[in-house]
Amino acid sequence: MADTHLDRDVLSALQEVMEDEYPMLLGTFLADSEERLSKLHSAGDAETLGATAHSFKGSCSNMGAVRLAKLCHDLEQCAMQKNFLEGIEKLVGEIDGEFAIIRPLYEAERQRSLADSAAVRRF
Amino acid sequence: MQLEPLTILIAEDSAADRMLLSSIVRRQGHEVLTAANGAEAVEAFRQQRPQLVLMDAMMPVMDGFEAARQIKALAGETLVPIIFLTSLTESEALARCLEAGGDDFLAKPYNQVILAAKIKAMDRLRRLQATVLKQRDQIARHHDYLLNEQRVAKAVFDKVAHSGCLNAPNIRYLQSPYALFNGDLLLAAFTPAGDMHVLLGDFTGHGLPAAVGAMPLAEVFYGMTAKGYGLSETLREMNAKLKRILPVDMFCCATLLCLSFQRRSVEVWNGGMPDGYLHNIASGERTPLTARHLPLGVLNPQTFDDRTEVFPMAVGDRVFLLSDGVIDTCDAKEQLFGVERLQQVFAANRQPDQLFEEIEQALQDFRGEARDDVSMVEVSLLEAAQLIPPPLVYSDSGQSCPLDWSVNFEFRAATLKRFNPLPYLLQLLLEVHGLRAQSGALYSVLAELYSNALEHGVLGLDSSLKRDASGFTRYYQQRNARLDELQDGYVRVHLQVAPKDGGGCLTIRVEDSGKGFDVERVMARPVDGIRLSGRGVSLIRQLSRNASWSDEGRSARVEFFWEALA
Repeated sequence: MADTHLDRDVLSALQEVMEDEYPMLLGTFLADSEERLSKLHSAGDAETLGATAHSFKGSCSNMGAVRLAKLCHDLEQCAMQKNFLEGIEKLVGEIDGEFAIIRPLYEAERQRSLADSAAVRRF
Repeated sequence: MQLEPLTILIAEDSAADRMLLSSIVRRQGHEVLTAANGAEAVEAFRQQRPQLVLMDAMMPVMDGFEAARQIKALAGETLVPIIFLTSLTESEALARCLEAGGDDFLAKPYNQVILAAKIKAMDRLRRLQATVLKQRDQIARHHDYLLNEQRVAKAVFDKVAHSGCLNAPNIRYLQSPYALFNGDLLLAAFTPAGDMHVLLGDFTGHGLPAAVGAMPLAEVFYGMTAKGYGLSETLREMNAKLKRILPVDMFCCATLLCLSFQRRSVEVWNGGMPDGYLHNIASGERTPLTARHLPLGVLNPQTFDDRTEVFPMAVGDRVFLLSDGVIDTCDAKEQLFGVERLQQVFAANRQPDQLFEEIEQALQDFRGEARDDVSMVEVSLLEAAQLIPPPLVYSDSGQSCPLDWSVNFEFRAATLKRFNPLPYLLQLLLEVHGLRAQSGALYSVLAELYSNALEHGVLGLDSSLKRDASGFTRYYQQRNARLDELQDGYVRVHLQVAPKDGGGCLTIRVEDSGKGFDVERVMARPVDGIRLSGRGVSLIRQLSRNASWSDEGRSARVEFFWEALA
């Protein structure tokens, strides 16, 4: 069920690369994403909206948030075509929804990882 | 290959991406600097000079494109590879990255293996560029060094080479300022008799090796010309010297001229140079002065051939010499300019003074650009009075000037064949200070008396042969042949110096073993001498005092006087 939102292979690769800093990376991603979401809501023009969606898409793809990356991509395309009224509001809504889904997933992953490394440290 | 760790700047506004990329790059063994926007990236580059930059294209404050442009500008000639981090897919946006100075792209999501490969590839490129720059600077340094050496060598050489008379009004020449380092050499000097010696030489090779032989050659040329030696003696000495000092694969092609304004003739020796041309202005005819000898420095002194050819000239006639740079000029298809094209330029020439420019233009049209190893010289025959040779410079004080003496010489057949006593006699006479002011006339008269005694007396040559140009050539052919066969005969020279009224008097008597001539008939001719033959006698009568002939023309006597010196 989780695989439509998260790419578990990406997460394990990230964990391998980041080692001890993996939980911090996840935390940073979540904080970063919140910032970007509020930027999406406050964007006054198509260009800012598109640029924000573009950056967000990049981060999401790096972090394995596959569906969120796809939605950001669609929003970016939409903004580029200035298809304002219908598409954009709907997509921003969907992005909010998707983030609400993945946020606890990343949070859980972070906790799991913190617990693991704590366990490792005990031995 | 284990590469050295690099310092890599990561410019990325997304904190998570920045963190991730930093970890990846660090795990690959590199140092990491980070920046959250373009302005920070430029500042980080300015302060810490990372060797490679990973740059997000879309960033707040200053985007990646502008940051890339500024970093490239700051880096100057050093290659600082910039890899754009992008999820851009539109080709237009990717092209913008390259235009801004990007060297490669890395797509999101990041792939560690590809990133490592790209960093490695860019590092190779960076090192290659650094090597190229280093070598370029090295070459530039060597080049500067070489140029400086050439400047010094040229300055020294110019002191020696330009002691001559290349600026005489009858000489026009064209040479690149560094022709010396193409092996080209042009020398000109007056003899004590007022004749002009000109040498156009071309040493094998280029650069300093081609220039080293020029110095000794110039010294021999100037030294011997100033002392009154003729072409043959000078050539023999130059050949022997070059043969002795140059390595076997080096030699000097050369054409040597002796232009005599009084006798109105040119004596030529050409060893290995392209044909020169004697341009008869009245008829328009150009007689080629063809190479009949091997270059200087090839043959040993025993086999060296110093034989020259003599051609009559009229006032205004010109001798044109050129280096092989003219004929060997290649066009884009490796075709040579060649003698025929040169002759077409000659044929089209209307203004003789425009010839150099026309040849240069033809070479330029043929090749598409000018060459710097083309040497040309043109010497014209003027009235003797139009040229004033520079006064000779003497270094002695005059305190030991001999004033009352006489001396007798007898030069016999074996000596007459190969020895020219004139320079020796002249040097002896110029010890007398009072004679120095008329050294030109003295030398001319002495030379005339000696050659009359040798050619008409001992060798029995008929001066009337020299009436026309073909006879002129025949005359000199006969002279050489008879000299070769000479078994006996003599020329005697008596010199007597006596003080007179505070000044003094020199008496010269020259006798020969020949048949003599009809003195009265020759003396009856007017003293003008525009004809080619018999000029010697008029010349002697014009330049000296009390010229007289006795013993049926076998004995000639002249006097020179001088006043008390101030």
